[in-house]
Amino acid sequence: MLNIKNLHAAVEGNAILKGINLNVKAGEVHAIMGPNGSGKSSLASVLAGREAYEVTEGSVEFEGKDLLDMSPEVRAREGVFLAFQYPVEIPGVSNINFLKTAVNEIRAHHGQPPMQAKAFLDMLKQKQKLMEFDANLMNRSLNEGFSGGEKKRNDIFQMAMLEPKLAIMDETDSGLDIDALRVVSAGVNKLRSKDNAFVIITHYQRLLEYIVPDYVHVLYNGRIVKSGTKELALELEEKGYDWLKADIRLEEPVQ
Amino acid sequence: MTTIATNISLYDSLPELFAEQIGGASYPEARKAAFERFQQLGFPTVKTEDWKYTNVIPYLKNGIGIQLPAAPSLSAAQLEATGLLLPDVYRLVLVNGELQPQLSELPPASKVTIRKMSEAAEEAAFQQYFAKSKKLDEHHFAQLNTALFTDGLFIEAKAKTQVEQPIHIIHLYHSTGNLLVQPRHLWVAQPGAEMQIIESVAGLEQSGTVLVNSVVEAVVTERAQLSHYQLQTSGQHSRFINQTLVQQHGKSLYNNYTFTLTEADLVRNNLNVSLDDERTETHLYGFYLAMGNQLVDNHTSVDHRMPNCESNELYRGVMLDKGTGVFNGKIFVHEDAQKTNAFQQNNNMVLSPDANIYTKPQLEIFADDVKCSHGTTIGQVSEDALFYLKARGIGDVTARSMLVKAFAFDITAQVKIPAVRKRVEQLASQYLTAAANN
Repeated sequence: MLNIKNLHAAVEGNAILKGINLNVKAGEVHAIMGPNGSGKSSLASVLAGREAYEVTEGSVEFEGKDLLDMSPEVRAREGVFLAFQYPVEIPGVSNINFLKTAVNEIRAHHGQPPMQAKAFLDMLKQKQKLMEFDANLMNRSLNEGFSGGEKKRNDIFQMAMLEPKLAIMDETDSGLDIDALRVVSAGVNKLRSKDNAFVIITHYQRLLEYIVPDYVHVLYNGRIVKSGTKELALELEEKGYDWLKADIRLEEPVQ
Repeated sequence: MTTIATNISLYDSLPELFAEQIGGASYPEARKAAFERFQQLGFPTVKTEDWKYTNVIPYLKNGIGIQLPAAPSLSAAQLEATGLLLPDVYRLVLVNGELQPQLSELPPASKVTIRKMSEAAEEAAFQQYFAKSKKLDEHHFAQLNTALFTDGLFIEAKAKTQVEQPIHIIHLYHSTGNLLVQPRHLWVAQPGAEMQIIESVAGLEQSGTVLVNSVVEAVVTERAQLSHYQLQTSGQHSRFINQTLVQQHGKSLYNNYTFTLTEADLVRNNLNVSLDDERTETHLYGFYLAMGNQLVDNHTSVDHRMPNCESNELYRGVMLDKGTGVFNGKIFVHEDAQKTNAFQQNNNMVLSPDANIYTKPQLEIFADDVKCSHGTTIGQVSEDALFYLKARGIGDVTARSMLVKAFAFDITAQVKIPAVRKRVEQLASQYLTAAANN
């Protein structure tokens, strides 16, 4: 589904990603861990198409198409979803109107007619129930005055509505208390299927107790330095990142 | 210091015109005094502080007449075709400032007195309040209006009456050449009265341009409530200079909603509210759109003269194309006005490299126990918000348009009359969608 080859990217001339290789297949959950400043969130931003990031080398294919050639909105319509680390508050845009616009723009992209109001409302209700999302939040402005947990839940609710093929979750666990974490994780688990895939970016192993990954990758200094199964996450939790850093220094050529 | 603009044929011709008019005119004393004052002031130039960014002189030059043409007879169908009619309102239709009773639906006389200004001299409230507003003599154009106004509406809501339906005033302008029209109004809400007034405006068939120089004096007496909507949505070939002078007595409430969503070349609004007694409440909301080569200028002032009053002002504007917006908001907290709460906010979006905004929030406080704040912002659409919408599949044009509308709808959401809210939201939406697709 997603094939990242030798991806290099820079912000304002500073190299951030320095040759990422990653292959994600349908039905898989990949966790990307790593210390602060290793490039985890940058990877999410590059995949979602944030303008500030300049790809200097490498390629990203999504479902056989060149992802980097697409605008952010086209990526979303093709089925890439970014759950934000900090979902934005947008006063004056109602949650419901926003979702309706998004659903219909995605449908138009696939040559489908706009959804009828009734069908849309039915879908809304069904997903609200599935995601345990408070219906009162639907009628408010997008994320305005929402608590941190409500914003994250709203993002996951949007994911349920838009049914992406690939969801990239950028530190979705940050700022969540244990109850919110449980609800958000349960939501993600309900959405997992053999047809979609998740890339979960996180600092902590804790989230991976709730959303169990197939693969764990460690990002350090703009590169994936170690990959493994879910046991790797436990090892990291136990030993910290310094253990890996020491390993890497030994492997790196002396400059 | 006063700088008098010269070489304006309109200015040069005024003494003669005034001499001709004053013979048969109503209220000659007030007119004479005002004309004298106007001659001292002249037309404002860019050297006049309050007109620094709004050069009105070019608009006065092209041979403007002041002789009103005969009002055309207007059918109900033509009135309907203006698209201005609103449901569930009393309706007062004016052509060039003159009431057209055959097209109007008046509120019950038991609750509201309505007179033409030219026929209101006998009304006690008229005698008490006409041309008495503070700051009237500071306004160049208001003085000219007092000197030469033709007609307008005297409206008086009687004490303790609640006027259930809003009073909708439809101002229509008709010209056969370049024309200066000067309507004059006086509205009084007597103690305990509650009244809502909506003003709409449109040009009838007109040749040449119409310059409207209007003055509204509004008096909200003790415990009275007045909500005032100014829907400035007229077409091209119009210019507007509006003075709205409001006096509030004790425990009164005044709400003003000014929406400038128009194709007129020039709109200058002067809104002055004087809080003359204790425990008043005032809300001023505005939204303006400046596009094409338009100049939209809002000058507001609130004078807190007495203790325990609260005022709250929120104006927002969007500048497009080569449009220019001007906002100036003054709040004066006078020495006696302890325990004042005064807030003011002006936010602007400038969406074209050729558009301009000049904004100046001013706060002058002479009392020491008050809560005041003011602020202004100038910006574009938030990149973070834009990316968030795009990351959900919403295209650039739609996303920008959603965000700009959201910025406007924060103001329209304050409107309490559903039909009015719907109208301004539709208009804002229409203009902003058109702009986004350009």
